[in-house]
Amino acid sequence: MENSILKVEHLNAFFGEAKILSDIILEIPENQIIALMGPSGCGKTTFLRSINRLHELTPGARTEGKIYLFEEDIYKMNLIVLRRKIGMVFQRPNPFPTMSIFENVISGYTLNGISLSKSQKEELVEDSLRKASLWKEVQDNLHKKGTFLSGGQQQRLCIARSLSMKPDIILFDEPTSSLDPISSNKIEELLLDLKKDYTIIIVTHNLQQAARTSDYTAFFYLGELIEFNKTQALFSNPAKRQTEDYISGRFG
Amino acid sequence: MLFDQKNKTINNREDKKLHKVLLFEKIFQKSLGLTGIILIIILISIFITLTITSIPSIKHLGIKFLYGKAWNPVTDEYGALPFLIGTLLTSLLALIISSPFALSTAIFLGEYYPKGLVSNIFKNIIELLASIPSVVYGFWGIVILVPIVRNLETQLHVLPYGVGILTSSIILAIMIIPYSVSLSRQVISMVPPSLKEGAYSLGATRFEVIKKIIIPHTRSGLFASILLALGRALGETMAVTMLIGNSHYIPKNIFSPGNTMASVIANEFTEATGSVYLSVLIEMGLLLFVVTTLINISGRQIIKRYILH
Ligand SMILES: Nc1ncnc2c1ncn2[C@@H]1O[C@H](COP(=O)(O)OP(=O)(O)OP(=O)(O)O)[C@@H](O)[C@H]1O
Ligand SMILES: [Mg+2]
Repeated sequence: MENSILKVEHLNAFFGEAKILSDIILEIPENQIIALMGPSGCGKTTFLRSINRLHELTPGARTEGKIYLFEEDIYKMNLIVLRRKIGMVFQRPNPFPTMSIFENVISGYTLNGISLSKSQKEELVEDSLRKASLWKEVQDNLHKKGTFLSGGQQQRLCIARSLSMKPDIILFDEPTSSLDPISSNKIEELLLDLKKDYTIIIVTHNLQQAARTSDYTAFFYLGELIEFNKTQALFSNPAKRQTEDYISGRFG
Repeated sequence: MLFDQKNKTINNREDKKLHKVLLFEKIFQKSLGLTGIILIIILISIFITLTITSIPSIKHLGIKFLYGKAWNPVTDEYGALPFLIGTLLTSLLALIISSPFALSTAIFLGEYYPKGLVSNIFKNIIELLASIPSVVYGFWGIVILVPIVRNLETQLHVLPYGVGILTSSIILAIMIIPYSVSLSRQVISMVPPSLKEGAYSLGATRFEVIKKIIIPHTRSGLFASILLALGRALGETMAVTMLIGNSHYIPKNIFSPGNTMASVIANEFTEATGSVYLSVLIEMGLLLFVVTTLINISGRQIIKRYILH
């Protein structure tokens, strides 16, 4: 197995009294695409948001257990550093509407009060947009508002925004569920492209998408991690009944 | 055949029932519409009466009413400029004092303590502030605020009136805070959570999210809420009349006594004997009415556009 980048040890997550995740144990390998699957409400988003500690933003929400990023306990890390290293792309594209495309890409820096020189900015913007395969489409309109773009372009802008922070891991929460099939395909291709430099954890309800793009798949059910394996193995030869039922479409 | 007939009567009965419901619905709708129309009629007739009763004044003074500085009922000389300036000065000063408070309270309640004991206590106190009668604010101003301002004036070596523009502005500021807080809270609460989360996911702290996401996003909405608060402040009468010092001269500075349009009307309405005098005061009321209405409409328009956006 590849080097592991993220180690999750006995993670529990709560909203108030309700226990949403229970005793998740998982090692995430580096430079791979990891798909998280499971029926609605099983805690995939909660798991994802525990990794970059967005979960604790909700009043009353908390976690127990440990998560290590390269051996470093994320609950002891500086939040700014942690979130630079672990980027996130949301279900609905959320570019900042008061900012231009250019400003959106480097917003991670401006938001944190990190100043960059003009040439640094330009380089970062071009580089990130190229990596998000959006550069060609927007290079002449960098100073227009990002909200004028199509949904798929907006989502790639959000990916560029994450990439500009040079993260180790990018979390995707159903990044294509609000997009049309063509835009979705583009994002999928992009994910495969990004894999060589980043570790990608993606929540998806789309079994084909998981099968097509991911190297590993984790199956969650009722707040528990039921099975984690190479995607091919998990799909062709699931070890657990629930996994088998889910991938054969017997419950959803 | 028989079965069909039975069915028909059932249908008939249901039809009647439905008809009744629809009729009721119609009447209900109509009467709602009617109350709306009545309100509009009242508004228009207020405007018309004010306009008609202002005619003697408009004829007598013309446009000079707006820029004249002298106010002398004995010689039938009426210039409203000192009161226009007094009104603008007190209102703007009140906004300058209240807006930072209102904004920080709104952010505090919206972002730091959206729920729980602290926020409930705060909200209740603010609502309580809104329910205190104007005249009580006036009294409180006379008893507490006037001595404080007088003290300040003594130390600054200006004439220690105690009453005046500044004193009224402070009271006005306190009076409009509940209104501004609730408006700005509404505006701030409309910032989509997904934007805030996007910023947090990039490592932004709460302060930076407020400064770089919430404030830029709500700029026009916050401006509108300030405008609506201004609409309130312009017309506020009782407390201001008690604290402004009722002088007919253009205020020299913020410590001078003065008068607002509303306070002049309240003060002089009972003693306005001549027909022109009365008509002048009514024209002033008309002016106030038009200005506050315009401000309210534009504030609401901005907020509406903001919500749609
Ligand atoms: N803010 C919240 N407060 C309380 N409970 C919540 C909150 N958000 C989610 N939950 C609950 O936590 C559980 C897990 O939710 P989560 O969003 O992680 O599921 P999910 O697997 O991502 O579902 P989906 O596939 O529908 O996105 C659900 O039962 C949900 O009702
Ligand atoms: Mg989810």
